[in-house]
Amino acid sequence: MGFLKNLKEGLFKSSSNISESVSNIFLKSKPNEKILEEIEDFMIQCDFGIDVASKFKLILANKKFSEEELKKENFYNIFSEEVTKILQPLEKKIVNTGPDFKTIIVCGVNGTGKTTTIGKLSKLFKNHNKKVVIGAADTFRAAAIDQLKVWCDKNNTEMIQSEVGADPASVAFKTLEYAKNNNKDLCIIDTAGRLQNKKNLMEEFAKIVRVLKKIDPDAPQETWIVLDATTGQNAIAQIEEFQKITPLTGIVMTKLDGTAKGGILVALADRFKIPIVAIGVGEKEEDLNQFIASEYSQALIK
Amino acid sequence: MFESLTDKIESAFSFFNRITRLDEKQADEGLRKIRQALLESDVSLSVAKEFINNIKPKIVGQEVLKSVTPGQMIVKIVFDELVKVLGDEKKEINLKAVPPIKILVVGLQGSGKTTTSAKLAKYLEKQYSKKSMLVSLDVYRPAAQRQLEVLGNSNSIKTLPIMDGQFPLEISKRAINAASLSGEDVIIFDTAGRTQIDQQMMMELKQLENDIQPSEIILVADSLTGQDAVNIASEFKKTVSLSSIILTRIDGDGKGGAALSMKSITGCPIKFLGTGEGIDEMEVFHPDRIANRILGMGDVVSLVEKVSEGLEKEKIEELEENFKKGSFTFSDYLKQIQQMKKAGGMSGVLSMLPGVSKIKKQMEDSDLDESLLGKQEAIILSMTEKERDNPRVIDGSRKKRIANGSGTDISMVNKLLKQHKMMTTMMKKMSKGGRGALEGMDNVPPELFNNLK
Repeated sequence: MGFLKNLKEGLFKSSSNISESVSNIFLKSKPNEKILEEIEDFMIQCDFGIDVASKFKLILANKKFSEEELKKENFYNIFSEEVTKILQPLEKKIVNTGPDFKTIIVCGVNGTGKTTTIGKLSKLFKNHNKKVVIGAADTFRAAAIDQLKVWCDKNNTEMIQSEVGADPASVAFKTLEYAKNNNKDLCIIDTAGRLQNKKNLMEEFAKIVRVLKKIDPDAPQETWIVLDATTGQNAIAQIEEFQKITPLTGIVMTKLDGTAKGGILVALADRFKIPIVAIGVGEKEEDLNQFIASEYSQALIK
Repeated sequence: MFESLTDKIESAFSFFNRITRLDEKQADEGLRKIRQALLESDVSLSVAKEFINNIKPKIVGQEVLKSVTPGQMIVKIVFDELVKVLGDEKKEINLKAVPPIKILVVGLQGSGKTTTSAKLAKYLEKQYSKKSMLVSLDVYRPAAQRQLEVLGNSNSIKTLPIMDGQFPLEISKRAINAASLSGEDVIIFDTAGRTQIDQQMMMELKQLENDIQPSEIILVADSLTGQDAVNIASEFKKTVSLSSIILTRIDGDGKGGAALSMKSITGCPIKFLGTGEGIDEMEVFHPDRIANRILGMGDVVSLVEKVSEGLEKEKIEELEENFKKGSFTFSDYLKQIQQMKKAGGMSGVLSMLPGVSKIKKQMEDSDLDESLLGKQEAIILSMTEKERDNPRVIDGSRKKRIANGSGTDISMVNKLLKQHKMMTTMMKKMSKGGRGALEGMDNVPPELFNNLK
């Protein structure tokens, strides 16, 4: 695994300075099994997954630390710093300052918070003076269109919709067409929740992507997958399958205001290297934050 | 007829000796892999640890059939235990209340409460001809009430008319009045999704429970949930008197470890599984299906079947072969008792008899007295060789002597004699009927059980 290799080479460099390292030459020792197991258990409980947790542990086991570093509290901090290093390269801005037009498809399994995320995004983009149109392409779930409409009305954002049960691809097409004709900066497509193992629903998703390309060969410029922080190892399968349809350019992790740690991000980081855009921390419109690796890692060990 | 059967009986129970038993090392090795499987399937760490600790003693000392490897045997034992922990009896929705029966549906955001509420109404209608009223108490998520209304309308289920600006408690009062007037049997309250650490929202739930006094509070949980499952379940359980769990999105390819976590932590039965987005896509919970997913070790179910079949077959063959050879004496019975004591007592041996799975219930109800074996052993030891080989010679005075010698009483001796007679008859029947007679034997005479008490 990529980041694990990097860890081996440069582990904890930042936490030591020269004088420390001189004094620690004779004092450094390998962490004992007790603290290692504790950290491993902790990683498992954060949904890192047993594979990543045990490999991470193995690397820690072969490193030497000062007595100070091995104190429980410090060790967790060091661990947190390492998580930051893994995730930092994947930080991605929600709002791009450039003038480029973008179509963003928002996808994911059912109930992860796609519509709510789009509602919050519309507010954020509005604040950045972006001209946005949103396509209500979840024509399946009862009242999904109404739900999005409430958000759009609230944020004074235009929404393109069709009747319930309409072909979502046609809604997406209409939305992008409207965006182009009306000089919008952003075209956001809300899609229905779909479990990644449902062939027909994934085919429906593929069709949305295909028809967008008819208007704009570069579309979608962004495809963001919304993951629920309480989700366990299945998130890996979710990414794998959605990725097969179209490259994912961003992850939004929702529901981080609960007790779930969303540690699956660490496993995903190495495996897929998909940028992480935003985190959802509540139900209000301002409860969508830019993903910042260091803040996330600090929160992880709290 | 009763002569020199010693060697035959010897071989009749020799399968006890040929069977190897799982040792501690094998158990630890197997359980390491099981632990990994549980964690990969998102079983919460604390629950996985407890499960492993509890099952270890059940593995060490277990016999391994010749048809399977120790590893397979461990998987079978774990699978059975998993099914047991997940709950192997069918649990129905509690409808024992004065109508309108109130059901409160709770859970995190996005777990599938609204869809499940509608499915539940449909299920109650189909299964029990109960008319439900759907009521959304979610005044927070935009269009949440509308979502339930649409689901109700398109499936001919009554919903409480939406009135803007009302609080959940007001809505619930209005619903109870409305349902009482219009005569609905059940009110299903769909609540807003809430994070279990949101104190204000959890307080609201508590108030709703106090006010509504529901007969069921159902936690709807996503089967894709990871390690947080224990926290979610325990907090909801702490706040309200949770009575059951419904797991959604089982049609996904998640491993469903949350089922084990939540069941273990709350003790609440998992009653249904959500199997799709359609209104009818809800199934009664099948623990074996989930156990199979959680273990994820190939086709465990068919392995289990194979093992069970192997178990039956090996023993049927051994026993038949020897039973066919005829009856047995008290000397043989004595040997048998001594074997039985080694093999885990009476219920242990009985449970290995062919066809006994069918009469398992009967066995449990019969309340076997394990100390009986010791007493019977003493009685036989007090018999002379002649008496052991030919019990017909045992008359009144012999009975008295035997009772005194064994420290029991005459009634005990009589019981044993009667039991021996019945067993001889059974064996004769079996030896005549061959395998068919054995397999078709649904019932052991109840007197035999009574005698064993």
